Amino acid sequence: MTRSAPPLAGPADTRRGRSIPARALERLRRPWPDSRAGRTLGAVSLLACLCVAAMVTFVAVRAWPIFAHDGLGWLGPGGSLSTQIETMLNASTDAPASAYRLHVWPILYGTLLITTLAVLLAVPLAVLSAVFIVELAPGPLRRAMVPVVRLLASVPSVIYGQIGILVLVPFVGNHLITTSQRVALESRVQLTGAGLGVAVVILTVMIAPIMVALVCEALGAVPSAWREGAAALGVNRLRAIRALTLRAIRPAIVAATVLATARALGEAIMISMVSGSVFFAPAPTDGVAFFYEPLRTLASTIIDNHEGIGSPALRSALYALALLLLFSAFVLSVAGYLIKLPLRRYGVRA
Amino acid sequence: MNAFASSPGAGGLSSRVGGPPSRGRLSSSPSRGRGSSLRTWRLGERLALIAAWAAGLSLCAITAAIVLYMGFRGIQYLRPELLFSRPQASLSQAGSGGFLDPLLGTALLTVIGIAIAAPLGICSALWIVEYGQGGRARQALTRVVESSIEIVAGTPDIVIALFGLALFQLHLLAFVSFTASGGGVYGRSFLAAGAMMSLIALPPLFVAVRDGLLAVPAHMREGAFALGKTRIATIRRVLLPAVRSNIATGVTLGVSRIIADTAIVVVLLGDVLRTETQGGLPGLSLLRGTGSTLTSYVYDNSPAGEGAAPQKAYAAAFVLMVFVLLLNLAVERIARAHSRSGGFAAGGGIV
Repeated sequence: MTRSAPPLAGPADTRRGRSIPARALERLRRPWPDSRAGRTLGAVSLLACLCVAAMVTFVAVRAWPIFAHDGLGWLGPGGSLSTQIETMLNASTDAPASAYRLHVWPILYGTLLITTLAVLLAVPLAVLSAVFIVELAPGPLRRAMVPVVRLLASVPSVIYGQIGILVLVPFVGNHLITTSQRVALESRVQLTGAGLGVAVVILTVMIAPIMVALVCEALGAVPSAWREGAAALGVNRLRAIRALTLRAIRPAIVAATVLATARALGEAIMISMVSGSVFFAPAPTDGVAFFYEPLRTLASTIIDNHEGIGSPALRSALYALALLLLFSAFVLSVAGYLIKLPLRRYGVRA
Repeated sequence: MNAFASSPGAGGLSSRVGGPPSRGRLSSSPSRGRGSSLRTWRLGERLALIAAWAAGLSLCAITAAIVLYMGFRGIQYLRPELLFSRPQASLSQAGSGGFLDPLLGTALLTVIGIAIAAPLGICSALWIVEYGQGGRARQALTRVVESSIEIVAGTPDIVIALFGLALFQLHLLAFVSFTASGGGVYGRSFLAAGAMMSLIALPPLFVAVRDGLLAVPAHMREGAFALGKTRIATIRRVLLPAVRSNIATGVTLGVSRIIADTAIVVVLLGDVLRTETQGGLPGLSLLRGTGSTLTSYVYDNSPAGEGAAPQKAYAAAFVLMVFVLLLNLAVERIARAHSRSGGFAAGGGIV
């Protein structure tokens, strides 16, 4: 702050007798010249960039040992992940190279599975709800829907997880899973009710509000003259929505999907609570039981194992997972930005 | 092509949730004049209409179910003494105390997080909107700042938590937590968790203030400049008062982000039941200490954690839910008082 010496700093020079801190204080107290104010605000703003840079650097540095030992091979399948994590946890400070063997394919697959299913469910739900809110709902209901969606978005994930583990999981475990399913899978995994199905349902509810908000905003930005034109041509309301409004906001729907995907990828707490937390890859060949099989995701694995972060091998493994999450969040945010570019034509700034 | 391709599936849902009332409601209001009578609609269009009603009403139903269920459990299990007694390590639910410490932990983290995020968010928004129109280099710089805040918004909280752990385990930053006997820095404390919480609160705060500044009409600035005010004086005397409600909205959204976050607390606050201080200096010893918040208390006491005291988890979750409801109400009130549409402008702080 004191670095800048604007040309109009005349009066300060007349007080050379005073100590340096007092002079600095005096300079701060007088009305600031614009250039200094701009520089100060800019410096504060750049802290955000610094944070992002530091985040990437720190996470990458700590994840490095995994890359150093196996390149990108750790993303593939192989071996039992729980044994590998166990070995890492027990490895001491000077861990041998074998302790860094990691194959995260089961949790990668679990993450993709949960995210894909939840997004597939959330897209129709959110688009239909947004159409309902903006185009169809009668006035009072529409005014009530906005706070409802906002509330749904702000329910903490731990509460979702709690409802899942104390209400939905026992329900699935007691009423939906049949004995024959339990017996058929007994040799591979124990079905308790916590698993893919419950996690997907709750995750859908968690990410739908984000999409509803973005799609609503885009729907609101469609010029009403277009709707009026369609009505004047004798098109009924629903056909106008389908052929005109939804087509106009297609980029917004895709962008909302991308954002919701990013949110779903990073969800850790809720999934760690309701997904059973077992290193297991649900197999679609198991029929309906597929939806009851437990699994883990990248984020929930980090949460489940964070207490072992003191062990250097496990630490670098967890940071490697975090780096993967960070990278996919970055890619998705760039993708979302590119998709939203055409929307700026309508003046939507999202 | 679009969502209506999937209407048969969603239509099946509608028969349970909102089918009959929706049909009755609409056929009784053909006077809206848009489109013609439902009778001329194709079957697919009618199904799509029903599906849209069902989707909207099911969102309402889910929200109502969550709020009512948590309220019911809260009234069932919440006792006043739980709010005022400290947690105890005990195997039985009767002896494990209340959640005074988590409550205070949530408050402390919120204060730290907002104290860091508010100046950061407001300064960034001011700089980008008011000083961003300089040369090409400055425009590029503002773009960089804006997109890095967007990246922070998209980063999962668990990654932010791990970043915080790596950052505060630096020996340079050992004063934030404490150095263990082996020479390693612990890296977990209220200050560390609060600093990372500020990253969670920053994006909604920034977006709220930025949109407020963009909405201030240009003639207000021009009037101030015409009176001979400098840019910074205009900011202080004209713009900041004009966007006060946006700042309030942003801070409220930030607070609701902070109190809802669990991953950062679990990783960065040491995850101990009782607040423990570190070092001798009063005040600083608390900031350097470890503890818990309502969210981590719920997490630990649910069957997923070690405690397995679901009744206390319900009670704490109820308190958390009440806070969330109040903050939502506050956002709504602020938006309404300033006659903004109250819609989802810029995601309504959701995104």
